[in-house]
Amino acid sequence: MARYWINGENWVEVVDAEGVNVVHFTVDDKEIAVSGGQTVLEAVQRMPGIGNIPHLCYHPAVKPYGACRLCTVEAVEGSRSRFVAACLYPVKEGLVVKTNTERVRKLRKGILELLLARCPNVKRIQELAKEYGVEKPRFILGDQDCILCGLCVRACQEIIGKSAISLVNRGIYREVAVPFYAYELNEDCIGCGDCAYICPTGAIQMGPDGKPVLPRVKIPYAEIEAMKQRGATITS
Amino acid sequence: MSELSQKLLQIRSPADLENLRLSILHKRDPSRTCISVCAGTGCRASGAEAVVDALIDEIERRELQINVEVKETGCHGFCERGPLVVIRPKRIFYQRVKPEDIPEIISETVLNGNIIERLLYVDPATNEKIVYEPDVPFYKRQTRTIFGANGEIDPTDIEDYIAAGGYSALSNVLFHVSPEEIIEEIKRSGLRGRGGGGFPTGRKWESCRLAKGDIKYVICNADEGDPGAYQDRSLLEGNPHSVLEGMIIGAYAIGSHRGYIYVRNEYPLAVRHARIAIEQAMDYGLLGEDILGSGFNFTVTINKGGGAFVCGESSALMASLEGKVGEPRAKYIHMSEKGLWDSPSLLNNVKTWANVPLIINKGANWYSQVGTANSKGTMIFSLVGKINNTGLVEVPMGITLREMIYDIGGGVPNGKKFKAVQTGGPSGGCIPEQYLDTPVDFDELNKLGSMMGSGGMIVMDEDTCMVDVARYFIEFLKGESCGKCVPCREGLDRMSEVLSNITQGKGVREDLDLLKDLAGILRDGALCALGQTAANPVLSTLHYFRNEYIAHIDEKKCPAGVCRELIQYSIDPEKCEGCLRCLRACATGAISGEKRKPHTINQGMCIKCGACYDVCKFDAVVKQ
Repeated sequence: MARYWINGENWVEVVDAEGVNVVHFTVDDKEIAVSGGQTVLEAVQRMPGIGNIPHLCYHPAVKPYGACRLCTVEAVEGSRSRFVAACLYPVKEGLVVKTNTERVRKLRKGILELLLARCPNVKRIQELAKEYGVEKPRFILGDQDCILCGLCVRACQEIIGKSAISLVNRGIYREVAVPFYAYELNEDCIGCGDCAYICPTGAIQMGPDGKPVLPRVKIPYAEIEAMKQRGATITS
Repeated sequence: MSELSQKLLQIRSPADLENLRLSILHKRDPSRTCISVCAGTGCRASGAEAVVDALIDEIERRELQINVEVKETGCHGFCERGPLVVIRPKRIFYQRVKPEDIPEIISETVLNGNIIERLLYVDPATNEKIVYEPDVPFYKRQTRTIFGANGEIDPTDIEDYIAAGGYSALSNVLFHVSPEEIIEEIKRSGLRGRGGGGFPTGRKWESCRLAKGDIKYVICNADEGDPGAYQDRSLLEGNPHSVLEGMIIGAYAIGSHRGYIYVRNEYPLAVRHARIAIEQAMDYGLLGEDILGSGFNFTVTINKGGGAFVCGESSALMASLEGKVGEPRAKYIHMSEKGLWDSPSLLNNVKTWANVPLIINKGANWYSQVGTANSKGTMIFSLVGKINNTGLVEVPMGITLREMIYDIGGGVPNGKKFKAVQTGGPSGGCIPEQYLDTPVDFDELNKLGSMMGSGGMIVMDEDTCMVDVARYFIEFLKGESCGKCVPCREGLDRMSEVLSNITQGKGVREDLDLLKDLAGILRDGALCALGQTAANPVLSTLHYFRNEYIAHIDEKKCPAGVCRELIQYSIDPEKCEGCLRCLRACATGAISGEKRKPHTINQGMCIKCGACYDVCKFDAVVKQ
């Protein structure tokens, strides 16, 4: 059976070899064939010219995580349509993926509004927000740099095998920290700089001692605002 | 117990089980007086333990041990009237019993057969005193198929359960029914997951049986965390063997040899009773190796949860079981194919498991007679909030909300007007009065913007501010969000920020659109069901009670008089008698005045605690 594989701008005819698991699916009205066992985001990224799926918490070097939800696309299987994270959703035979519908764009715009309100000073977020038409968030602005995508933690664990840092606490109190909330990184950190390199927002920088300086996620915005109203001075 | 006696005790065949059941029944005299005291968590809180101690003391003092048996059972359901005492075999029903009443109960009722009038339940509708338990309107209108045994058996004694026909479903399937037939039976019964999602149980079992993998797991989800819900807890406390039997049947059906009960550590009694049940089932050969001599092996371990609400979500629960942080992961591949340690895992709610032995014993046809077209069987709801008969009720699917709230629940107390009922826990919606005649099942509640959830039902009266309710639930979910994905972590925080502004009179009209936008982000974008359904309380109150939001925003008024920033207390000089009661009650000294002269409130000092409003006997304190 002949199908089309997109290679750059060229359409190439491919034949399903026996024993090779080839999956045929559709992305934004373009029918493509890829080898099975990968995610929608991986498949789409390998094919220039097909849909542009934004993402912040995905990196090919580590396992997908699905935290930023920016890569959300609409996946249609049979009569069922739902919103899924492209970085985690496996390609399936007959799947129809829509990467740029109005509802998808609205969702991404909303997520970017939330992220921009949290991190108004991060260049990458500013650019993405502009692309999706967010001008000024309708919320009290925070002053964080870290979006809690967990890339640094996963890189440290999966690539370096050290787990010198991890995500602690839950909800709005979640942050990247040293195990047991130690004041500084212990000898587990080898100072490789992997976390600083992989960080999409520049929230982790290498310090003068050759060890990374972690972002300090602190008090929720509403509470900061309330504290300011009570006349407190916020330092960090 | 020595190894030998343990061996002797073990049941090795279905015939052994039947013989044991008969011998237990033979030993028991059905006419012997049995005083069963509800020792569920609700009645314990109102002092059931002291009642049991007093009973045992009194019986020992009068040397009546041979004639009278005392049974500490699980929750009977009528928690409002606890501690409950039922005297069998006549089933005389005494409520709000105190230890002081015990000598009288023994001397009058047990020995002389006289009824003690003051301990009887009075039906508020007819003012009639009701003597026998089945005649109490609260119980009369229920269909207690899975919850009914709670009042009859001692959860710490396996023989009680066996005497009531327990484990007969298990012995039947192990020898006469193939796993495929069990799954077919469950499918035909129409049972749907009782944990909230309502996924067809039979289909889940089938996909788990067909999933590839040598090792498969069976898990019982007892991580109930909804505010106001305690039915899973009460079932596990009151009838742990029914849950265990369901799990063993499930394990046999899918080919699993290892099971877990994930129960929260805040439920110490449920943990203890489940542990005792497992130990006893092991001793009797109903669990462990070569169950009933059939060659089938299955063991169950209890895992105590740390109390995170999100760990009730299947993937987070399994992460927690694996010893990792309890965070959900994407479930694009079902847990029944790749769950605990990437092995096929069958996770069901406590109530779902308890339904299984019943379906096997009585058949799918019998089971599917009760209920609506797509929701079969009964459901246990916890009826709480502003309602007369607080407690657990088991009703057939398809009963209307009105029947549940008025006929069983006894309506709203103190003559207040009903305003809304919140179903399905924090992620459910608030349903207003005009929909009270809706039949309750999975699909109908979804249509109203709410859900079945795990069966919580919080009734609200006219003194409830719906904006404040929405704020409360969003606050709760914000605190329980794991913080992994952006829509849930940031979205809920911002939502609570907007709602707090509205309740403080700082809201603007645009906030309503903002709330809707945030709700859309949560529904489409969040990683797990906690986030996806989190906006329900906001959306449903916005839909049904929009005028309250408008009043808070435009008029800066809280119609229900709840939101502190928007209300003011003042004293009506016409009505004030100058009794000084409010002046003494005021914690901040904001009230001034002399005896027999009208008092006044200094608004600058008033903290709006409402103490003056509560103590005034002349209705002179006005809340605006």
